[in-house]
Amino acid sequence: MIAVQGLTKEYGAVRALDELSFSVNEGEILGFLGPNGAGKTTTMRILTGYMPPTSGSVTVAGYDVVEQSLEARRRIGYLPESVPLYGEMTVYDYLDFCASIRRVGDRRRAIDRVLEACSIGDVSDRLIHKLSKGYRQRVGLAQALVHDPDVLVLDEPTIGLDPRQILSVRELIKGLGGEHTIILSTHILPEVSQVCQRVLIINRGRIVAEDTPERLTMGQQGGTRVRLQLAQPAPEAAELLAGVPGVRAVSPLGQGAEQVAFEVVCDGAGDPRPELAAMAVHRGWGLLEMRSASMSLEEVFIQLTTDEVTDAAEDADASEVAPVAAGAEADEEGR
Amino acid sequence: MRNVYHVARRELNAYLASPIAYVVAAIYLAVLGGMSGFILYYSREATMRYALTHGVTLLFLVLVTQVLTMRLLADEQRQGTIELLLTSPVRDWEVVVGKYLASLGVFALMMLLSGYFPLVLTRIGDPDVPVILSGYLGFLLMGGALLAIGVFASSVTQNQVVAAVLGMGIAILLWLSGALTDFVSGGLREIVAYVPIFDHYFDFVRGMIDTRHIIYYLSVVVLFLFFSTRVLEARRWK
Repeated sequence: MIAVQGLTKEYGAVRALDELSFSVNEGEILGFLGPNGAGKTTTMRILTGYMPPTSGSVTVAGYDVVEQSLEARRRIGYLPESVPLYGEMTVYDYLDFCASIRRVGDRRRAIDRVLEACSIGDVSDRLIHKLSKGYRQRVGLAQALVHDPDVLVLDEPTIGLDPRQILSVRELIKGLGGEHTIILSTHILPEVSQVCQRVLIINRGRIVAEDTPERLTMGQQGGTRVRLQLAQPAPEAAELLAGVPGVRAVSPLGQGAEQVAFEVVCDGAGDPRPELAAMAVHRGWGLLEMRSASMSLEEVFIQLTTDEVTDAAEDADASEVAPVAAGAEADEEGR
Repeated sequence: MRNVYHVARRELNAYLASPIAYVVAAIYLAVLGGMSGFILYYSREATMRYALTHGVTLLFLVLVTQVLTMRLLADEQRQGTIELLLTSPVRDWEVVVGKYLASLGVFALMMLLSGYFPLVLTRIGDPDVPVILSGYLGFLLMGGALLAIGVFASSVTQNQVVAAVLGMGIAILLWLSGALTDFVSGGLREIVAYVPIFDHYFDFVRGMIDTRHIIYYLSVVVLFLFFSTRVLEARRWK
């Protein structure tokens, strides 16, 4: 449904997107993840025909967004990062305007449909500038849906909503998948695993990872990882553990008052857990806990986007703080 | 073309919802009414000629048109709503023309309201009605050209005040460019003499409808709306 080929965008000397290529299948929900300044909004703006790329091509529903821009735009619903609302209009008039410039046949029915889908029917006669942030965000979403587009491009759709509204908007988006092809950018990582079938992590204009949320969290470092907690390990315990077949690396995770934790990375060939347990028991280290730990999406995200932090720090880029901020935001969200 | 209508209709409603149009219309009617009254009192002539050509009227017209148009594209860019328009299946020129027509509509409405001055004249005297109508046509054409300049000024900035000042600047430069005719000669002189925006207006007030002048004003409209469209397009490339 969406095919992006070698997409590059330069703002003067700054290369915001660097040879981005990906595709989205019909009915799929793709999560677009990345620190601030990674190029998410730029990509979305090119996809929706707001700005042309420096080079590369984008086709939406078979139409090139530069060459056949109007045809492509007709099939896209777009919720920009800053919700484009006319404050002096009522919600109904605003949606009516959006429907009319997109040639919706039966406008009244289309508007009633999105009023209900976004649960904003109760404010349809209110002036937009008097609405709360949550309502505005949903009016913006309704605007993107009013012409029943094949493709939905949503730039941070749940920002500014309260937890209940976030849940309902997520449900709404999930329900739209299947019939609509959706690209969704977000900072909120749990949102991605809840809503999206596939995740694309971009950093500094390049794709750094592309997979399902499950596989990303599982396989980021190759094999699975095991956490061991020991009461009184021998000083050479780490080396001994690393000697177990199937173990790639062992790293101490810090010490509690009377216990030590290790993280054991397995190479995926065999399962070394029975042997690890046997060794700990046999040597009398006092095995307190052993569990397999999969990486959280936050960790994957930070790991994928942090190795460039040192570069970024030089030009005082936003991406330096972004992973931390994104993680913090997600933590809040998780609680 | 249907998009032009939708954009214009929305814009017209926005005018009616904001205080700008009412304030401008009220002051416009007050100033023009006051001028007409004084001029009538001193000249004792049943004519709109002096009121329509007085320097104050012309300066005021520049002011009014630029205040009416300053919001059109500047605010749209500041609020980010331009992103809505430019990602909808609407052509850039349709946005520009739709907005221009809305401002022209408001301006025409204001002129219609000021139509009571000539009506008063017909009650108290015997004015030459066709001459007055021709003067009003010239006023509308000139206003239309100034509005197009305003749309252009509004397209290059996100700041409404900057847009208004820039539009006034362009209009006044076009007004004063007549002074340059003294410094050039030959073919160039004829071209320079054609540029000043108000010079084409005075014939209308005298009751002469000259297609040359009509073409001049229409060209100014087309030119500046074309520029505005190009500016919008250029914004995409940034």
